[in-house]
Amino acid sequence: MKCQKCDKPATFHITELTDGNPQELHLCEQHAREYLSQSGVGAAEPENMAAALAHQMAQQMVVGQTAEELARLDQQVCPFCGISFYDFRSRGRLGCPHDYTCFEAQLNPLILNIHGETDHAGKTPKSGPQASLERTQLIRLRREMKEAITEEDYERAGKLRDTIRRIEQGDDVNETST
Amino acid sequence: MELNDLTQNQGQWLCGSGPQSDIVISSRIRLARNLADFPFVGQAADADRQRIEEVLKDAVQGIEDASRLLYIEVEDLASVDRQFLVERHLISREHAESQGVRAVAIDGGERFSIMINEEDHLRIQVMRSGLSLDETWGEINRIDDHIEPRVTYAFHEKYGYLTACPTNVGTGMRVSVMLHLPALVLTRQIDKVFRSLQKISLAVRGLYGEGSQAMGDFYQISNQITLGRSEQDLIKQVHDIVPVIIDYERQARDFLIKESPENLHDRVSRAYGILRTAQTISSEETMLLLSSVRMGVNLGLIHDLEIPLLNDLFLKTQPAHLQKLTGVELDSSDRNIERARYLRRHLHGHADNDESEKN
Repeated sequence: MKCQKCDKPATFHITELTDGNPQELHLCEQHAREYLSQSGVGAAEPENMAAALAHQMAQQMVVGQTAEELARLDQQVCPFCGISFYDFRSRGRLGCPHDYTCFEAQLNPLILNIHGETDHAGKTPKSGPQASLERTQLIRLRREMKEAITEEDYERAGKLRDTIRRIEQGDDVNETST
Repeated sequence: MELNDLTQNQGQWLCGSGPQSDIVISSRIRLARNLADFPFVGQAADADRQRIEEVLKDAVQGIEDASRLLYIEVEDLASVDRQFLVERHLISREHAESQGVRAVAIDGGERFSIMINEEDHLRIQVMRSGLSLDETWGEINRIDDHIEPRVTYAFHEKYGYLTACPTNVGTGMRVSVMLHLPALVLTRQIDKVFRSLQKISLAVRGLYGEGSQAMGDFYQISNQITLGRSEQDLIKQVHDIVPVIIDYERQARDFLIKESPENLHDRVSRAYGILRTAQTISSEETMLLLSSVRMGVNLGLIHDLEIPLLNDLFLKTQPAHLQKLTGVELDSSDRNIERARYLRRHLHGHADNDESEKN
């Protein structure tokens, strides 16, 4: 599909709701930027503009998704930090590292639109992605422990505390050995 | 080291040396990093923020000799001090204005600053005078390597370093070069330059001020994309475009000299005249005039001034700096008077000898 304003391929598909009537726009990156910066906020600052772009892209999603699908995706909640995809759409900020996994289906096209790529090609920490994955579990475990305490389920809270300690100390061992 | 020790100095990046420093003010790289085991800052509870700050405070120790590292809890700072750090580009405006536990670690020479609990848990920033991106990268990479084994960064096999906003994911890196482009502004060619930069996904923004018109004709050029390319590639993209823009600026300056040397000389001389004699002057007007004078010095139209002094005046005539230097809180009209006095004193204005003797 071609951009509606030039001959380049349309990579941005925007659905604008005006008075409840959906209007579809198909634009190339440059014209999408222009369009969104006219309607978006803080267009003067590129970093804000990038955020506004991400925000708007996320809000308008990909053409072809039905309202029900959108609503369902919106209500999906990250079990680690507790934000919904709707929360991300309205704030433009994610809640925790696990969101990249949990909301991947929605985020991947957005990331592709922003960066033109979806695969990291730069520096990698020595501990690698596995250490990060394990460590991020702590966000969920700490949350569950808090809930267990609120529910006065102390047996469960105790078990969770032990797991948390084990993960935390596992890291300490690594730290002293490096 | 204390915050007030910074007042009398200027950051190394403003010293006006380094390659192409008549046009390139400074090179700057920042890395966004997050701890794997905490929610991002926007979603972090107070206790989380506190813990993040403790962990990172420990992790930044040893990057620099302790006597040269200034660690500041931003939440406890007076508003003028926060503004002071913003004017020096050591913290972002958001970091100054947000709420909750947050900090910044700064080295004594202002060659780096590390924000804790900004939009991401960690924002490392390194700056150098002139066009010096490779050295800047070397230093920031060293700092990143120092912190990395002491924490566990949030890192995804596919997406790289994970950030609160997907616009920074991947390398988490923003490379920027600050340029002084008065002739491109005067000849109205600046927009053309920007449009062509945007086509290759580089971002341009004015340095001071809010609008698209950069105050003092300072512009920052940076990469927009952070994912899918190596740090070296991203640096190279910015690095390669700078000489092209420098060349445009030089051509525009040559054009102005050739086309209307009297007008250009007049403009520069008037600017210098006003700065040396004004009795009250706003920060906007100061920037505008200093920019003309700076160009005049670089073109050899003004002989009795040095670039480092001008760079220094750009910094120290800003609101929080004036207040720190005088040691009292000043409202905007008092600041304008104080700013004019400061300029006269440092530009050896002859119209006001008595004042210039006072210190």
